[in-house]
Amino acid sequence: MTSFPILSAVTFVPLLGALLIALFVGKDNNKLAQNIALFISLVTFALSCWMLQQFDVAQTAFQLVERFVWIPTFNIAYIKGIDGISVWFVMISTLLTPICILSGIGGVHKRVKEFMIALLVLESMMIGVFTTLDFVLFYLFFEGILIPMFLIIGIWGGEKRTYAAYKFFLYTFLGSVLMLVAIFAMVIQVGTTDMTAMIGYKFPPQMAMWLFLAFFASFAVKTPMFPFHTWLPYAHVEAPTAGSVILAGVLLKMGGYGFIRIAIQMLPQASHTFAPLVIGLSLIGIIYTSLVALAQTDMKKLIAYSSVAHMGYVTLGIFSFNEQGFDGAMMVMLSHTFVAAALFLCVGVVYDRMHTREIARYGGMATNMPKYALVFMLFMLASVGLPGTSGFVGEFLAMQGAFLANSWYGLIAALGMVLGAAYMLWLYRRLFYGTLDKDDVRAMPDLNAREITMFAPLLILVLWIGIHPSTFRSIYAPTLEKALSDFQVQTGDQSQNAQFQGDTP
Amino acid sequence: MLDIAVVFLPLLGAIIAGLFGRIIGDRASQIVTCAGVLTAAAISIYLFNDVALNGNATDRVLLDWIQSGTFSVNWGIKIDTLTAVMLVVVNGVSSMVHVYSVGYMSHDKSIPRFMAYLSLFTFFMLMLITSPNLLQMFFGWEGVGLASYLLINFWYEKPSANNASIKAFLVNRVADVGFALGIFGVFMLFGSVTYSEMFPKAADLATMDWILFGHTFPALTSVCLLLFIGAMGKSAQLGLHTWLPDAMEGPTPVSALIHAATMVTAGVFMVARLSPVFEYAPNALHVVAIVGALTCITAASIGLTQFDIKRVIAYSTMSQLGYMFFALGVSAYSAAIFHLMTHAFFKALLFLGAGSVIHAMSGEQDMRKMGGIWRKIPITYALMWIGSLALAGIGIDGLFGFAGFYSKDLILESAIATGGTIGTFCYVLGLIAAFMTAFYSWRLIILTFHGKPRADHHTMEHVHESPWIMLAPLMPLALGAIFAGWYAFDWFGGEGRAEFWKDAIFHLPSHDPIALAERVPEYEKWLPLGVALPGIILAYIFYVLKPTWPGKVTMALGGLYRLVYNKYYFDELYNFLFVRPARKLGEFLWHKGDDATIDGLGPDGIAALSLRIAQRVSAVESGYIYHYAFAMVIGVAVFTTWFCLKG
Repeated sequence: MTSFPILSAVTFVPLLGALLIALFVGKDNNKLAQNIALFISLVTFALSCWMLQQFDVAQTAFQLVERFVWIPTFNIAYIKGIDGISVWFVMISTLLTPICILSGIGGVHKRVKEFMIALLVLESMMIGVFTTLDFVLFYLFFEGILIPMFLIIGIWGGEKRTYAAYKFFLYTFLGSVLMLVAIFAMVIQVGTTDMTAMIGYKFPPQMAMWLFLAFFASFAVKTPMFPFHTWLPYAHVEAPTAGSVILAGVLLKMGGYGFIRIAIQMLPQASHTFAPLVIGLSLIGIIYTSLVALAQTDMKKLIAYSSVAHMGYVTLGIFSFNEQGFDGAMMVMLSHTFVAAALFLCVGVVYDRMHTREIARYGGMATNMPKYALVFMLFMLASVGLPGTSGFVGEFLAMQGAFLANSWYGLIAALGMVLGAAYMLWLYRRLFYGTLDKDDVRAMPDLNAREITMFAPLLILVLWIGIHPSTFRSIYAPTLEKALSDFQVQTGDQSQNAQFQGDTP
Repeated sequence: MLDIAVVFLPLLGAIIAGLFGRIIGDRASQIVTCAGVLTAAAISIYLFNDVALNGNATDRVLLDWIQSGTFSVNWGIKIDTLTAVMLVVVNGVSSMVHVYSVGYMSHDKSIPRFMAYLSLFTFFMLMLITSPNLLQMFFGWEGVGLASYLLINFWYEKPSANNASIKAFLVNRVADVGFALGIFGVFMLFGSVTYSEMFPKAADLATMDWILFGHTFPALTSVCLLLFIGAMGKSAQLGLHTWLPDAMEGPTPVSALIHAATMVTAGVFMVARLSPVFEYAPNALHVVAIVGALTCITAASIGLTQFDIKRVIAYSTMSQLGYMFFALGVSAYSAAIFHLMTHAFFKALLFLGAGSVIHAMSGEQDMRKMGGIWRKIPITYALMWIGSLALAGIGIDGLFGFAGFYSKDLILESAIATGGTIGTFCYVLGLIAAFMTAFYSWRLIILTFHGKPRADHHTMEHVHESPWIMLAPLMPLALGAIFAGWYAFDWFGGEGRAEFWKDAIFHLPSHDPIALAERVPEYEKWLPLGVALPGIILAYIFYVLKPTWPGKVTMALGGLYRLVYNKYYFDELYNFLFVRPARKLGEFLWHKGDDATIDGLGPDGIAALSLRIAQRVSAVESGYIYHYAFAMVIGVAVFTTWFCLKG
């Protein structure tokens, strides 16, 4: 380890910041706690940009690797490293945290100091998940996230926060237990906790099946996939805005990341075998949750259900096992991060003013809040997948990939386009159109400078990905293509990638 | 540079007026958007000369867009004759509508927003027609859908406008599922969605079959039909048309630009653009022809019965689009684009004229409350006559005719020249529709302008001719409605065809109905005029000479009339089949699926279960040794079984 340990720095700077706030900030000095937290998160973001700059796109192996033995008895080491797949997840974590802190400055008024600490701890954990290559540490970070998230929902949440936190915990914990067993089994089998050694290792087929199911339980809950999604609407509804942003923006992506990193890369044959199950649940999820979203009267719940539907495209793309599907899955994850984060922030804007998420309590806001209406409109369109926004690129590629795998997949997924437009337009109509006849709605001021600062980077990213996704794709593409070709070599399945060659029937 | 300017100037105008309209004010927003589109219109005429007449077609890449493995699509600008014609139509009508809107919307409180939306629409439409690949076309396609949604809903405080706009977006989205699947299929089949890479491969794929949705289909036919579903939505063809009449909720300039002259013709453009593919899928072309012909007659029949002046024109638009589609279906691509062009002029004229009438009548749209105003608004009246003459296709063969005369005759003659079941079917329905067209056009003129005033005294006092800012833009459109067909016939239907089009559209040598059309019997050439004139005369009899007849006929027809008047109950059917079930299903899945089943069996169920087990267990903790011993034995048995099975 000769160079500066950039990954450790990115991971632990937020934790240090949290410690700093905990030890040196007075109980009622909210302003100071907020400023330190914002500063630390910006420093972390700057560090991660430096990391991105050092990242060598052409190299498909893990980079910026740091490695030293931690617990020699059990051969547990401290290993960090990133590849093209994880690098963006680190970036979205470091980008969303300062935005969440900005949102928290406006929306959280009790126990401000503790809230900032929780957010920074959460950031450390998230970055830890995406940069760690030791399986035991990976598990610790993966589960460690539950604690600050549980607290954020449980302390700063809404009225039914206990039920939501319980549900969140029960679901994710159940998945985690199975995952822990699977990790132990793998570590014993391979003889090391080094995740890089697991990639390409040939597990016995029978064992691989069980391992896949165990991981599937965990990732299907995290993603979330139908029918393991019912914790999400409650968690979102009760979580404070910043919690929802992190939840939708980063935590759900851990499921997709896990599917690529562990299912595809470590258990290719089992992934191949179980693909019909995963794709079936993804397609049901897309249609089912879109229909349920149509019936919602609580705007946060509606967006939560739309999240489930969008994540359906992720798993659909991954398990189509072709380039367009993989690319689509990555793009949907990136896009959904910014779009869902922004939509939850949008809900936060009016929630901070009116303290209700009931859609029917609003109406006609296009008249008195034109800036807000415009911002909401743009993110709504990205959610609907209008070409030119980030939402289109990912969903289009995921559907193209699914169509190549089986035309039915493409058709069903494409029907989600219609339902997605239906529930979002219907939401927008109820919030912004019609006459402005409620006095408290009329009294709301338009977006302020802090709020515009929150939305600006997200808006730029959504349009940038939509118009020129190559900037983002070029960084992950070599790694992802390598992962796919490895997968295809190991499973011997090239068929889904091939184009139509001739008279098949 | 000019090709970039022609596309992006309207966008620039839209951004300036949209984002800074409140700062720079109404007047500056109007100037900036009008200047952008007028400049683009001027450039379009230059490009038309350069590309269509001097043969300098261009196709270039601006920036890479989506790359993924072998899938590769760029942003680009392709201008050939087809695009050049569309550029003149789109920018020409759009610039006139922009200027007209300065007057029409002068009392509105959101002028910058309106102008920005109009310019934004123009930008998306230009992206659509200059696209060198299917995906950028899809970008423009959904973009114009967005602009249409925003403009239908421009007066967003009206619930009817809200509903109409959502309906327009969603019906188009349904159609776009077909379009998207078509793109997926094209990529699978051709390995590319860029025209220049697709078209050379079409001939080789003509006889190929593939498996789609579990069945074996001819590959090209199925792909073409999927894409055509997209075209049906945008161009309001039968089955996916229900959004168009409701779209009349938008301000009238919007109806003229989007729902008459440009956006709704995107489907026609798409099929013409893809003619090198459709030509090798004859069965797909047959479907296009049949759908077109059915739309043509159905819409015309509904047009006979409506009383809202804008709705009559809207159904007329739908019917004329039907003509264009059956022209495409019989491979008369240039005839379809010809009618697209002439229709843009006279239909925009009719809509803007209707806007002028509505403006004069203080916002009234019901023709039953109009009448007796032609002396008060003579210029509008004259312009409406010109538009109607062009729409009805009045003219004398070999001498002179209004714009629609040339293009509609060319379509009908192409249909009969094609012959066979399909050609004859289209021809007969087209002729009947031509009769209906003439009837409802003069019904509109007579009800609106003639007879005794039926409006109240107050409204009648305010009837006034529109200001020149609104009338002036109608003049170029009127000139187009009079002369465009006569002037451009040679390019679209005459000897100069091949040289004009070059390779912009393609038809197999064996599919050339326009060449055959010149040889149809003499009486066939007179038939369109022969059915149009009786239509006008009948309208005169019904609404001037014998005003009691319409009521009697209505009574006599009874159920049939109600069927047509209620637009064949498409809306009711769709509400029953799709809209309400979707809502119901959503509610059902939420409460019965998520809450009752998943949560009931999952977390809530587990919680309840563990509570019960805990109670049982505490009952088991009885202190009796044999209870514990029993539990231990069971436990050991389970473990042993597990290890045995595992080993």
